[in-house]
Amino acid sequence: LTQAEKAAVVTIWTKAANQADAIGAESLERLFSSYPQTKTYFPHFDLSQGSAQLRGHGSKVMNAVGEAVKNIDDIRGTLAKLSELHAYILRVDPVNFKLLSHCILCSIAARYPTDFTPEVHAAWDKFLSSVSFVLTEKYR
Amino acid sequence: MVHWSAEEKQLITSVWSKVNVEECGAEALARLLIVYPWTQRFFSSFGNLSSPTAILGNPKVRAHGRKVLTSFGEAVKNLDNIKATYSKLSELHCEKLHVDPENFRLLGDILIIVLAAHFASDFTPACQFAWQKLVSVVAHALARRYH
Repeated sequence: LTQAEKAAVVTIWTKAANQADAIGAESLERLFSSYPQTKTYFPHFDLSQGSAQLRGHGSKVMNAVGEAVKNIDDIRGTLAKLSELHAYILRVDPVNFKLLSHCILCSIAARYPTDFTPEVHAAWDKFLSSVSFVLTEKYR
Repeated sequence: MVHWSAEEKQLITSVWSKVNVEECGAEALARLLIVYPWTQRFFSSFGNLSSPTAILGNPKVRAHGRKVLTSFGEAVKNLDNIKATYSKLSELHCEKLHVDPENFRLLGDILIIVLAAHFASDFTPACQFAWQKLVSVVAHALARRYH
């Protein structure tokens, strides 16, 4: 990520941070609606709109994103534990990270349309790709 | 043949009726070229694509974006016959344009993001579902005649 890209990521996060939970829940809702196959990883959850589990999990996801933003120069170190969790315990198929990233971008675009310029869009796409890469790199 | 529920058709057509095809098409294509720069490989004759600003202001990009989204409108008008609608275009993209079908998926997702930015909370998850289905069906139809 270039300096400009890092700045673009941080700028949006500064605005989004206090709505992070809602963005997380919305992103998951979009994921489960558009890509029903992703629900197979949550048979133990109540995935209805507004459910406590959805909100809780959305929070978790966005907290991790936030940590990556705060430590954008060391995403790998910051997410090391999460990376192991996904590799050895959760084993979510790598294709799903792209799907969730896309839904996070949709949620951000819907909430901050004027800030979500093409350059900012590119920076966030790249950033979420890096996060996804780190989370799947220990798979094999 | 793809099955569309009445709700899906309604979500698709109501969004489409509010879309400014020229603006939306230009923006979608520009974002494709900016976010996934390797897609510029198909547009070497378009002139200056050296920066996001250049791409956004490039009249050939705007014109082509409009053309692409206008064609997309044909899918919306012919939801029950998308395969046939894109048969010739599919052959063209394979035989003359040599476009990897992955690019249709990339552009489809970019279009969804542009719609999300434009319609904000009106672009509900249910709405996104219908549109993801549509862009997927269009991408599939465009890839169908590849050989």
